[in-house]
Amino acid sequence: MSTATRPGSTPRRLLFLVPAVLFAVVGAFLAVGLTRDPARLPSALVGKPVPQFSLPPLEGRGGAGLSAADLASGPVLVNVFASWCVPCRVEHPQLMRLAAQGVTVHGINYKDEPKAALAFLRDLGDPYALVGADRDGRAGIEWGVYGVPETYVIDRDGRITYRHVGPLMAHDLEQKLLPLLAEAR
Amino acid sequence: MSIELGHYALVLAFALALVQGTVPLWGAARNDAAQIAIAPIAALLQLACLTFVFAVLIYAFVVSDFSVALVVANSHAAKPLIYRVSGVWGNHEGSLVLWVWILALFGACVALRGGNLPAAFRARVLAVHGIIGAGFLAFMLFTSNPFLRLDPAPLAGRGLNPILQDPGLALHPPMLYLGYVGFATAYAFAIAALIEGRVDAAWARWVRPWTLAAWSALTLGIALGSWWAYYELGWGGFWFWDPVENASFMPWLAGTALLHSAIVVEKRDTLKSWTVLLAIVTFSLSLLGTFLVRSGVLTSVHAFAVDPARGVFILALLVVAIGGSLLLYAWRAPSLQGGGVFAPISREGGLLLNNLLLATATATVLLGTLYPLALEALTGAKISVGPPYFDATFTPLMVPLLIALPIGAMLSWKRADLAALAPRLGVALAATVAAVGLHLLLHAPRGFLALLGFALGSWVIVGSLVELAGRAALDRGGVAGGLRRLAGLPRSAWAMTLAHIGLGIAVLGITATGTGQSERILAMAAGDRAELAGYDVTFEGVRPVEGPNYVADQGRFTIRRGDRLIAVLASEKRQFPVEGSTTTEAGIDTGLFRDLYVVLGDPAGRDGLWNVRLYHNPLALWIWGGAALMAAAGVLALSDRRLRVGAPRPARQRLVPAAAR
Repeated sequence: MSTATRPGSTPRRLLFLVPAVLFAVVGAFLAVGLTRDPARLPSALVGKPVPQFSLPPLEGRGGAGLSAADLASGPVLVNVFASWCVPCRVEHPQLMRLAAQGVTVHGINYKDEPKAALAFLRDLGDPYALVGADRDGRAGIEWGVYGVPETYVIDRDGRITYRHVGPLMAHDLEQKLLPLLAEAR
Repeated sequence: MSIELGHYALVLAFALALVQGTVPLWGAARNDAAQIAIAPIAALLQLACLTFVFAVLIYAFVVSDFSVALVVANSHAAKPLIYRVSGVWGNHEGSLVLWVWILALFGACVALRGGNLPAAFRARVLAVHGIIGAGFLAFMLFTSNPFLRLDPAPLAGRGLNPILQDPGLALHPPMLYLGYVGFATAYAFAIAALIEGRVDAAWARWVRPWTLAAWSALTLGIALGSWWAYYELGWGGFWFWDPVENASFMPWLAGTALLHSAIVVEKRDTLKSWTVLLAIVTFSLSLLGTFLVRSGVLTSVHAFAVDPARGVFILALLVVAIGGSLLLYAWRAPSLQGGGVFAPISREGGLLLNNLLLATATATVLLGTLYPLALEALTGAKISVGPPYFDATFTPLMVPLLIALPIGAMLSWKRADLAALAPRLGVALAATVAAVGLHLLLHAPRGFLALLGFALGSWVIVGSLVELAGRAALDRGGVAGGLRRLAGLPRSAWAMTLAHIGLGIAVLGITATGTGQSERILAMAAGDRAELAGYDVTFEGVRPVEGPNYVADQGRFTIRRGDRLIAVLASEKRQFPVEGSTTTEAGIDTGLFRDLYVVLGDPAGRDGLWNVRLYHNPLALWIWGGAALMAAAGVLALSDRRLRVGAPRPARQRLVPAAAR
């Protein structure tokens, strides 16, 4: 069929393969991604002590910042959030609920404007005991934050026992976090 | 019983799609008229089956049939009727039903109105439709069946996510899908053309109405989504570079490029293989978008694997649809011979620049959306890409695009004389400078970005008007003659000008809201007053109100300017007992030049103090007004005589459109 029309020269033909090759690369990444379930994506840190980090407080909120020393004795939750992150708004009521039940929740405010973060907390409520402001995302790298929101369960020895990627829903609390927190006590 | 009939119709639609996807293709290759004639019949039957499926599902939601798992998971009898209906597509399975139904609708349109397409070509187009439909229907039947029953049936449903219970969002998915699926038709035309090895002006004209319709719907859909985010999320923003938003924005960018490059194919018979590639890429991005949104992936691309069976199926679909078509492209496209040559400074050159910038912008957004996935697959490092990335990469690409836009529209085909355009460009430039000067006089300067955005928006609007005036030669032959020529311009010329003006208006709105927003965060008690950008806001207090399926605290605000009452606004915090969550309803007074936007927060302490946030958003309406104007311009272009004449009319058979130029 292709001989009926005038075929281009070979280098020109190869050029037309470029889109397919690019897609093959993307497809390969997607395939690798498929083998990694985000909900169970084992963080390199699970079972290990929390990484060393030290964050200044969120400007204007008052209170201290957040550092590894604050997590030495648990159980506590560490929640990574940002005001620009829509799912964070979705999960916020669950955090409020946890805080109301007496669970200590610390926050890492990830790559955020302090003003916007404060507005976020004022509007939706502030469930956090301590909030560290991670403006340039350095602490996020230490923690291996993939995206916001993420939530970590820290046990009484300051070890990370669980990592939740994405917004916390009511059933996540009941099925995972609350049992784990009870266990970590 | 109706549920089982619906299920059966779904299976039947799958079988029909398989027939539609194979027999006509075979028939077209062997030139068998009987097999070719099956294509339109199959397409119409397909629409009938899927309309029945859709109706059955809507009925199950409306009567709250809680023996259906999908209804239980996404509906509740106490929900208002409109949200029981919109709940049908507010979830994975139901939205797929909507998707395939719209696909069948477009297929039936091609079947009915495609009278002057060559029969074999139409059969191939419909066959590609059939193959896409078969893929989706198989996906539904095997992994996402909307008709699964629950036994025993529960007494109540779990409700629809309250944040989705909103008129804007009830319409948003259907508009988006009209866009996505419309691009499927452009894709089908591209594949059919590759199979036949022929892309010419007639082809470009056939594709154009479908692309225009898809593009207009997608524009409107994105604008609705952004508008919804603005008034529902309650923090005055309108675009967040969220993966889900990007998923709809990428096909829009690529589709915009396609819309422009198809003009070059039609008028000048060149850029053919590029246009075909754009048609493939646009639909590929639509597919990617559908799946990014519809696998419960609200946080990241990763959630692809939330259900492994679905993930594998999705990937297989993507590989066949995208990989297959790109391989076909690599095989057939080199034989598409370009026609006209052109100088760099020419209409073609301008459109090519438009395409390069839009394609780069698409790639930028794609990279930002998929980068976290790729980086992790490569190195295991985990990163997150937020608005900072897009501000730094996407915005700079838009600057040359907007600068070049009015100039490109003025260039003539083949070879243009910039010097001859200088007077007109000078007028546009002078008007822009005047507008910017006026702006500086009226408002305090807000920095370089604000000034740049304002200048670019004004430049696009003024330049488009100057171009239209030049086209009608308003400066010659007196006012009456000029106006007559203006009225006589083809609708497509008007459409182009309006779409570009719409873009300019949206740029002004985005700039003003993005850089000139005033925000006040306060704790107020009933009777307290606050000043906001020259307005006087009085907090009237909070009272409980009750909705059909929620209870709310309603905060009321009176806004005055001097002694004049401007607006009484109410903002609510709604509690949805069934779903166990809260939403915020902002109180918004929309004006032509500014929005006043109030949000009631939580109680602050015990002294009757409430946290409130007050925003003054200049030109906010312009963002969606501009987008709506663009969509309307797309519809206007659809009604252009050139397309109507070229468009199929079963009653009045014409020559092939290429001859009808």
